Amino acid sequence: MPEMTEPVATDRTEGAAAPGGNGPEPQAAPRSLWGDAWRDLRRNPIFYISAVLILFLVVLSIWPSLLTGTSPYACDLGRSQQGPAPGHPFGFNTQGCDVYARTVYGARASVTVGICTTVLAAVIGCLFGGLAGFFGGWWDSLLSRIGDIFFGIPILLGGIVFLSVIKGGSIFTVVLLMAVLGWPQIARIARSAVISAKQQDYVQAARALGASTPRMLLRHIAPNALAPVIVVATIALGTYISLEATLSFLGVGLKPPTVSWGIDISSAATQIRNAPHMLLYPAGALSVTVLAFIMLGDAVRDALDPKLR
Amino acid sequence: MGRYVIRRLLQMVPVFIGTTFLIFVMVYALGDPVAAMFGDRAPDPATAAQIRESLHLNDPLWSQYLQYMAGIFRGDFGTAFNGTPVSELMGSAFPNTIKLTLVAFAIEVVVGVGLGVVAGMRRGRFVDTGVLVFTLLVISIPTFVTGYLLQYFIGVKLAWAAPAVSVDVHIGELLLPGIVLAGVSLAYVARLTRTSIAENIRSDYIRTATAKGLPRRRVVGVHLLRNSLIPVITFLGTDIGALMGGAIVTERIFNIQGVGYQLYQGILRQNAPTVVGFVTILVVVFLAANLIVDLLYAVLDPRIRYA
Amino acid sequence: MTSTEKTPAVPAPRDADSPLLQVRDLHVEFHTRDGVVKAVNGVNYSVSAGETLAVLGESGSGKSVTAQAVMGILDMPPAKIPRGEIRFRGQDMLTMSGEARRKLRGAKIAMIFQDALSSLNPVLSVGYQLGEMFRVHQGLSKKAALARAVELMDKVKIPAAKNRVHDFPHQFSGGMRQRIMIAMALALEPELIIADEPTTALDVTVQAQVMDLLAELQREFHMGLILITHDLGVVADVADKIAVMYAGRIVETAPVHELYKNPAHPYTRGLLDSIPRLDQKGQELYAIKGLPPNLLHVPQGCAFHPRCPKAQDICRTDAPALHTLGEGRRSACHFWKETVHG
Repeated sequence: MPEMTEPVATDRTEGAAAPGGNGPEPQAAPRSLWGDAWRDLRRNPIFYISAVLILFLVVLSIWPSLLTGTSPYACDLGRSQQGPAPGHPFGFNTQGCDVYARTVYGARASVTVGICTTVLAAVIGCLFGGLAGFFGGWWDSLLSRIGDIFFGIPILLGGIVFLSVIKGGSIFTVVLLMAVLGWPQIARIARSAVISAKQQDYVQAARALGASTPRMLLRHIAPNALAPVIVVATIALGTYISLEATLSFLGVGLKPPTVSWGIDISSAATQIRNAPHMLLYPAGALSVTVLAFIMLGDAVRDALDPKLR
Repeated sequence: MGRYVIRRLLQMVPVFIGTTFLIFVMVYALGDPVAAMFGDRAPDPATAAQIRESLHLNDPLWSQYLQYMAGIFRGDFGTAFNGTPVSELMGSAFPNTIKLTLVAFAIEVVVGVGLGVVAGMRRGRFVDTGVLVFTLLVISIPTFVTGYLLQYFIGVKLAWAAPAVSVDVHIGELLLPGIVLAGVSLAYVARLTRTSIAENIRSDYIRTATAKGLPRRRVVGVHLLRNSLIPVITFLGTDIGALMGGAIVTERIFNIQGVGYQLYQGILRQNAPTVVGFVTILVVVFLAANLIVDLLYAVLDPRIRYA
Repeated sequence: MTSTEKTPAVPAPRDADSPLLQVRDLHVEFHTRDGVVKAVNGVNYSVSAGETLAVLGESGSGKSVTAQAVMGILDMPPAKIPRGEIRFRGQDMLTMSGEARRKLRGAKIAMIFQDALSSLNPVLSVGYQLGEMFRVHQGLSKKAALARAVELMDKVKIPAAKNRVHDFPHQFSGGMRQRIMIAMALALEPELIIADEPTTALDVTVQAQVMDLLAELQREFHMGLILITHDLGVVADVADKIAVMYAGRIVETAPVHELYKNPAHPYTRGLLDSIPRLDQKGQELYAIKGLPPNLLHVPQGCAFHPRCPKAQDICRTDAPALHTLGEGRRSACHFWKETVHG
């Protein structure tokens, strides 16, 4: 058989990126992963809903007084467990504090813990996972085993033990602890993302052309390895918020005077028969917050993962 | 395959030592077990010193750790500060928690995988959207909230199930706590299964299976499920940790005298031997589950086995 | 090669004159978020027993989609077949029940895919995947099916078949994997085989071996073969007739040698001219200018006009009909006469 070159275009990819996986490939202008993802996000109503919710929550945690003039600490035991009253739409809790004010002020702890933990865990995780994936060999074994050690302690379990011992209760200790136990999850993702990015042909080409190591990492690998990390981190943010509330609920997380939905739910839970409103409002606020971040993570994942588009 | 098993086992050794040491350090080095024994009272210095000596608390930390681990391998988890051997507490607590976890695990697998398969095969349709919304809601509402709400509505208001579990812990009573404990994990399993199915259903080998003239049942049952469930099984293994952590919350809500309950009591009373003992066991279970999953992964995916 | 030989295993066709497979006015479209992609727009072709039809075209010409429609493995939705007939031994498969159609798949019509590594199930042994054909279609036991699988692997010349039957796809070389795909297609001695770029993913030397094997087995079993390819070299050696597709339409059909000698469509001519030849050493390689059309917005008139060196005003407005030039020769070009003689 004579040596043939393909007449016009390669046919290997036919059907690969097409509708339903077996159609022809419509032509399109070349697009980048991020440009494509952004275009996709802007079409997704879930993205808008979650983004607006999160923006609202962030503003709320910075200026809670925008929504309420009542102090969460201004309590009147005489009004203990009373239902809604004028100026107090959510009623009062056992201590006679305004449930609406406490629900509004509670956003600050949740949002702060969620964002700080995620950033810290992502920084540690990317550093460890990225280095392990990029250098491989001994570095990989060492860093991965260190990750495994921390991964071996479930966050909730480790959190209960550790926080009860050091008698913490500040936002700082809770963040530090959850990040220390949470980073291996992100490191694992970062590691495999870096490994697969490293094997991409164009990265190999850059290496062959003599690109320096830092340049390779920053210019070629990081942008491609970042996508899965961002997806996992966004979803993790929601679960960190949920975890903080659980730790506070168990009495080992945040402590008064910090206003936390977890603490309020804990004290309301025993009174659910007498005054369900005390439980429902902070629980609802907590759930909506977690939901917003998880929905954002979903939307970002759908946009960044072309496999399922 | 043999080499793979040995490599995984060897990798587990440093992880096991590291994890248990970490817990040991957390409890013994950062806390003060002797002060904790006396609660708010200031201990008599002489007595305190005597206790420190008898508990080897004056030895270097690594030596304490070695002595402790040596004890564990003999089945001796030390004695709680009230005089009960920790292993005795374990004997009464573990069966209850194992029962609860098994119930939750069964619910997680059956409902989670079932919903995921249905949704993944009808991606973009009504059922799929329904499952997605349901899982989002379940993930967003923290376990302790769902726990109290279900306990209140199903246990108290509707009285369909007992709101608390009796001392004997019947399996039937564990259904409601099991659902609560399984909830979040179940949602994750459903989502993961859905993604995996949706991805694999478009794969070339499924197209081949259809082109071979296999009945739909067989294409799905043999070819699609077999491949799609591999990542789900991996998740289920690591999720054992989440279930055990979650059991602390669930057991507290439904008043089940299991591991979570004992651990919580230990923490409240600053009872270091109880805490370290229980957490060590849980971590070992977690590590073992991860190892089993890794091995199972190799059995299910020949590409790993022969790598 | 003509259909004078008699095949014993094949039941007599209902209509002795009718070809094995007849595709008539087939349309396939994909409903996507960006709009309706018209992948196949009125394709006609036929294949008889023992005959090889090569379907030639570049990416997105609709050649694979047509084949998948024949096979009945299009995902519907998003795919839709608004019009057309696909007759196998005179029976329209598009109006058959799903179950009747399934029983034809694999047993009477089989398909060989391009990328054997992704087309074979990675977690099942090749023996299992081959044996499955016998277990499902013939109700054989697991053990008997495995024995047949070994026979099949011998048939496609896989060395040490007995020892390798329990191996997994990733443990075979590319050429061996493609042989397994061929074995799977041949398992039930089908009457028609559709090979979708069977050698594209292989090394050149292995390509020839696999192609030879396929041709040899086709002769042995007197099967009809539809060979989908973009490689004119493969076609010349094995095909009886050729259909050239462009933008979801057949633009030219011809017996293989006539097409090479005298192409009657500018697109075919372009394809032939872009084959590098030894006697052209030192000269610049010819390439058809431009890119294949976007199927969301197929050009008005003749879909090829933006790239055609012979395009006139009429090409931009009127879609050419498929003119009959002679026995088995058709061309969809307003200027086919000039093309043939030019």
